[in-house]
Amino acid sequence: MSSVATLQGADVQESHDTHQHHHHHETFITKYVFSQDHKMIAKQFLVTGMIWAIIGGLFSVIFRLQLGYPETTFPWLEDFLGHWAKGGKLQPEFYYALVTMHGTILVFFVLTAGLSGTFANFLIPLQVGARDMASPFLNMLSYWFFFLASVIMFSSLFVQTGPASGGWTIYPPLSALGDASSGSKIGMDLWLISMAMFIVSALLGGLNYITTILNMRTKGMSMTRLPLTVWALFFTAVLGVLSFPVLLSGAILLLFDRNLGTSFYLSDIAIAGKILPNEGGSAILFQHLFWFLGHPEVYIILLPAMGMSSEIISVNSRKPIFGYMAMVGSLFAIAILAFLVWAHHMFVTGLNPFLGSFFVLLTLLIAVPSAIKVFNWLTTLWRGSIRFTPGMLFAIGFVSLFISGGLTGIFLGNSALDLHLHDTYFVVAHFHIVMGVASFFGMFAGVYHWFPKMFGRYLNNTLAYIHFWVTIIGAYLIFWPMHYEGLAGMPRRYYDFSNWESFKMFGSLNEFISFVAMIVFAVQLLFVFNFFYSMYKGRKVTSTNPWGSNTLEWTTPIQPGHGNWPGEIPEVHRGAYDYAKDGHEFIPQNVPVGADETHH
Amino acid sequence: MSTVAMEQRKRIHPHKFTLWVGIGSILMMFAGLTSAYIVKRNQANWVTFDLPLLFWYSTVAIIISSATIYLALKAFRQGEMAKYRRLMGATILLGVLFIILQILGFQQLWAKGVTMQSNVSYSFLYVIVGLHGIHVIGGIIALVMIFARGFSKKKRSYDPVPVEMMNTYWHFVDLLWIYLLVFLLMIR
Repeated sequence: MSSVATLQGADVQESHDTHQHHHHHETFITKYVFSQDHKMIAKQFLVTGMIWAIIGGLFSVIFRLQLGYPETTFPWLEDFLGHWAKGGKLQPEFYYALVTMHGTILVFFVLTAGLSGTFANFLIPLQVGARDMASPFLNMLSYWFFFLASVIMFSSLFVQTGPASGGWTIYPPLSALGDASSGSKIGMDLWLISMAMFIVSALLGGLNYITTILNMRTKGMSMTRLPLTVWALFFTAVLGVLSFPVLLSGAILLLFDRNLGTSFYLSDIAIAGKILPNEGGSAILFQHLFWFLGHPEVYIILLPAMGMSSEIISVNSRKPIFGYMAMVGSLFAIAILAFLVWAHHMFVTGLNPFLGSFFVLLTLLIAVPSAIKVFNWLTTLWRGSIRFTPGMLFAIGFVSLFISGGLTGIFLGNSALDLHLHDTYFVVAHFHIVMGVASFFGMFAGVYHWFPKMFGRYLNNTLAYIHFWVTIIGAYLIFWPMHYEGLAGMPRRYYDFSNWESFKMFGSLNEFISFVAMIVFAVQLLFVFNFFYSMYKGRKVTSTNPWGSNTLEWTTPIQPGHGNWPGEIPEVHRGAYDYAKDGHEFIPQNVPVGADETHH
Repeated sequence: MSTVAMEQRKRIHPHKFTLWVGIGSILMMFAGLTSAYIVKRNQANWVTFDLPLLFWYSTVAIIISSATIYLALKAFRQGEMAKYRRLMGATILLGVLFIILQILGFQQLWAKGVTMQSNVSYSFLYVIVGLHGIHVIGGIIALVMIFARGFSKKKRSYDPVPVEMMNTYWHFVDLLWIYLLVFLLMIR
């Protein structure tokens, strides 16, 4: 091993000396397409994620049209969707396909790959002080498996019988029997193949993130000096590496049921008067396997947003993060609890109430680390010299949404209340606020904050402020009323409520929600415009550390090349949060501890 | 690739560490499957069955292969390349033998009516043992690639890390099989 170490060490030395020369070897293909540079791979994940977000968001606008205006026809929809919107009216089968794909795309392709893929790749090597990931090759494969998964999922939108439409949770028997619905046919096969590729991508990425954080930190970067972003991305990766394989095992059994005649999930089913031979299976078994991933998945989505918000709030309050170790400890507690609460998604499956009460207890325990985090964010903001940069606004918005959505989680975590609220719009409101919109806010905060590092330019501030205010007000206007609908018993996943006497009173409210949803979607397009416009025309970054931040990524050149630091990797002498200390506004991590400094 | 820094303090090699995390990940998949097996076993319609004798022979084959790959690594470290190549060759053959014995075992089961579709308990056997087999086949492919490298004339390319990682992985699939065998014998 030692001989290898010296060999590679020599290579690194050589690349410093001939830095300019080194770059000439890169062709367009190796630089932009099959890149092994973690920063380029991060941008690939980000742009792919944005494309998916537009598609997934557009789907929600289309099915909101149906929910808001069930009596109206939109002739232009037929031009756009063909026979799925015959006569300008969305067909019920396609409504379910849109809902399913909206969930799949946003949960997996945008908020898992687009969020973790972007920021874990971009920030981990830069913030721990490494030249690249532990294995740049696996990292490249991770993106290309994601790309392959994307292509397959995208192509499923165009098959004759439509994409998968049994909900993003793909419960059997709808997902296991090709004859169950039109979306159970080839669309479902493509969904499973795509997700298998996606899981490979997530695992390859996760392996790399964990190894890089534990193994590739620069001198002096002890674990307790890591920025909270890195801690959060670390726990995210651990959750992914431990939970995605379980989803894979569940999906493999489903593939066998679909294609090889086994009966893991199937028993006593008749389709169109014909009794199927399958016996002895259990559909509930799939739910256990699915939610064993499904619940950690919620935190896979949420933790990166928490980590980035912690960092951004501290930087822009010009104050150390309040309770660093408590922040790490609560991330750890959330990661452990994430694996012990999956059955709270299954309170109405006939789960033993005694067993259910354990899951209630464990679920409500999550409130403790969550409350610690919220308390620490607020105390970090408290009496800070706050700079309301767009990134900061979105980080504060994240905290707001996390509180609002988290509180309704306490309702849903009670099995007794869940019996009433399960599968109503209350659930839709809860998870959209707490993990959907909140994580999006974390992602936006990250993009606004690290865009200067990614592209050497700033995003336009005016557009950013419009984006923020419309999105946060809009998000509350969309999802707040849904709580009331859910409490009144309005079920989710229904195509049309206008035939129910009890839900007729919500007609105009649904119309209002749909109207706001369209405005919020339009503002996201404004963000996309801002993103690509600023990439080329934005105000140029002139200093290496525009936010006055302590972390190592701001010690690199404005536009770092492959290898991140042209010279030696800086040595770390202190934690990431020495703000407002001993009369200094901020002290970067690579500054040695002075003799006159106070110690913590 | 040259920019991957080795300037860091000497810890476990990053690729080796990645392999260990990957092994943890694979274990979770089998944990998922064996938990599903336990859940299913407590429900109606569960049938017990005997494992064919051939599975025991395959167990012997893979245990011996763990010994040969261990000796191969020792030979590699001492620079005895001829011995290393012989032992790696033996490991590959034993790995292939393991797979063949497992396939023959399944053929016997199938002939006795223990088919994949006839009962859920049988289906589990096929899926769990089959997935382990795929991991062994993956290992054999990697073994062949590393074995071929052992004939390279370029002495500089002799890097112990892949051989060491191969050892770790191969012992892992061996131990995983023993775990699955004990699991299938004890929990039925």
